[in-house]
Amino acid sequence: MLELDAVTAGYDRRAPVFRAASLTLAPGESVGLLGPSGCGKSTLARVAALLHRPDAGRVTVDGEPVRGWRHRAPRRLRTAIGVVFQQPRLSADPRLTLHDLIAEPLRATGRRTEAPERVAALAAATGLTGDLLTRRPHEVSDGQLQRACLARALVLRPRWLVCDEMTAMLDASTTAALVAAVEEYRAEHGAGLLAVGHDRVLLERWCDRTVEWAGCAEPGT
Amino acid sequence: MADLTTKTDISRQWRSHGRTRRSTRTVRVTASALITAATVLAVLVVPPIVQLDEQAIDLALKLRPPSPAHPFGTDDVGRDLLLRCVYGLRVSLLVGLVAALVATVIGTAVGAAAAAFGGWTDRIVMRLVDTFSSVPHLLLGIFIVAMFRPGVWPVIVSVALTHWLSTARIVRSEVLSLRSRPFVDAAISGGASRWRVTARHLLPAVLPQAGLAAVLMVPHAMWHESALSFLGLGLPTHQASLGTLVQTARGSLLAGDWWPTLFPGLFLIVPTLAIAGLAGAWRERINPRRRSELML
Repeated sequence: MLELDAVTAGYDRRAPVFRAASLTLAPGESVGLLGPSGCGKSTLARVAALLHRPDAGRVTVDGEPVRGWRHRAPRRLRTAIGVVFQQPRLSADPRLTLHDLIAEPLRATGRRTEAPERVAALAAATGLTGDLLTRRPHEVSDGQLQRACLARALVLRPRWLVCDEMTAMLDASTTAALVAAVEEYRAEHGAGLLAVGHDRVLLERWCDRTVEWAGCAEPGT
Repeated sequence: MADLTTKTDISRQWRSHGRTRRSTRTVRVTASALITAATVLAVLVVPPIVQLDEQAIDLALKLRPPSPAHPFGTDDVGRDLLLRCVYGLRVSLLVGLVAALVATVIGTAVGAAAAAFGGWTDRIVMRLVDTFSSVPHLLLGIFIVAMFRPGVWPVIVSVALTHWLSTARIVRSEVLSLRSRPFVDAAISGGASRWRVTARHLLPAVLPQAGLAAVLMVPHAMWHESALSFLGLGLPTHQASLGTLVQTARGSLLAGDWWPTLFPGLFLIVPTLAIAGLAGAWRERINPRRRSELML
């Protein structure tokens, strides 16, 4: 289970973005979190991905309470959650080729030898050709870069996926391809999914259930 | 029709202005590159080829004005000033380059470590940097060289230890701004350690700025070496450096002999301006706003 219990978070302790947010994901379940812009969905997604320390509340990953965030979180917990961000341009290191971008988590966790095979498999799954893998982020489109970012999130075979408005900047066909790649991965590995967004039609078709922001959190100050 | 003519004139003026600015810049960069190349070539090639003793004294030739035999004239003990200037520039350039390199390495390591660790480490390190910065660095440099016997290495150590502070600040601010970018979040989520995030993602991103700071520091370090030598705290007086040349020539200047101070002074000013000109061009290239202004 991935559980967020009464989480309060923000960027200023005196003025949190939201208060008492609670959300539970079962293994293999997909949950869509719907809410208006600026309500704190992305902050909640960052808390769930162990990238932002909440001011209060409890986060539990597979029964283990989380005590550290970012680098202070144990590596096995961090890598159990794959994250895809909204803006591929900002979430890709501009100096790395798409191949290195996808292989980077394997290299960072000492599994360098698995890289050629895993990158080839994920490139095929996300629709990236061999030619694209040799290019750098500025040489590909947003859609192609987001495919590489999704491949990077899946490369360590995470048990949980957090997609923070993954398709917000993409056209309909790329959106469909990315959602299909996520669903194929989930079907194969039984991973849970938290999809954050404000596209109700997409999230209701994609996820097992959708949660309204107003129903899971109280607004901050 | 009249409006159209007016608009054409305005666009011509604009283009002409842009061309003038670009051509001025091209002349500046080309001149800087040529002077820097000539300087490096002179200090590397001249001493091994000519095999002349720059310390050879000939009192019969003392304080001779510039002539075909001695284009820069001679000093108060009859030594050829052109040769002394080339040897002096060699020492000053060596001090400038090595000190700038060491200062950049120290500054980059300290700035990156402070920003990467954050929290109390960052606060303590940056307060130490502030404390060092509050002491005038020439004074601190004098204190450091005074602890050693005169020579090239104490001057390099003194200049390097007093000049890493600005690089540390530049690197820290760059790393702090990069640390919150989503690609760093993605690396953390992908299991990267703090060290790997710094070495793989943050440091390569700040290297252009650190390199620029190093190049800008070379002329500054050369001036510092000259200042320390001028004060008699740098190199021993028999060893040619641009600072010692100017210092020993002060007496003859009062007697109306201008060449022993003018030429070492020009050897200090012209190459340092050329190096600073090249660094300025590099800064314009890596600054996106300037790039768009210059249509690069």
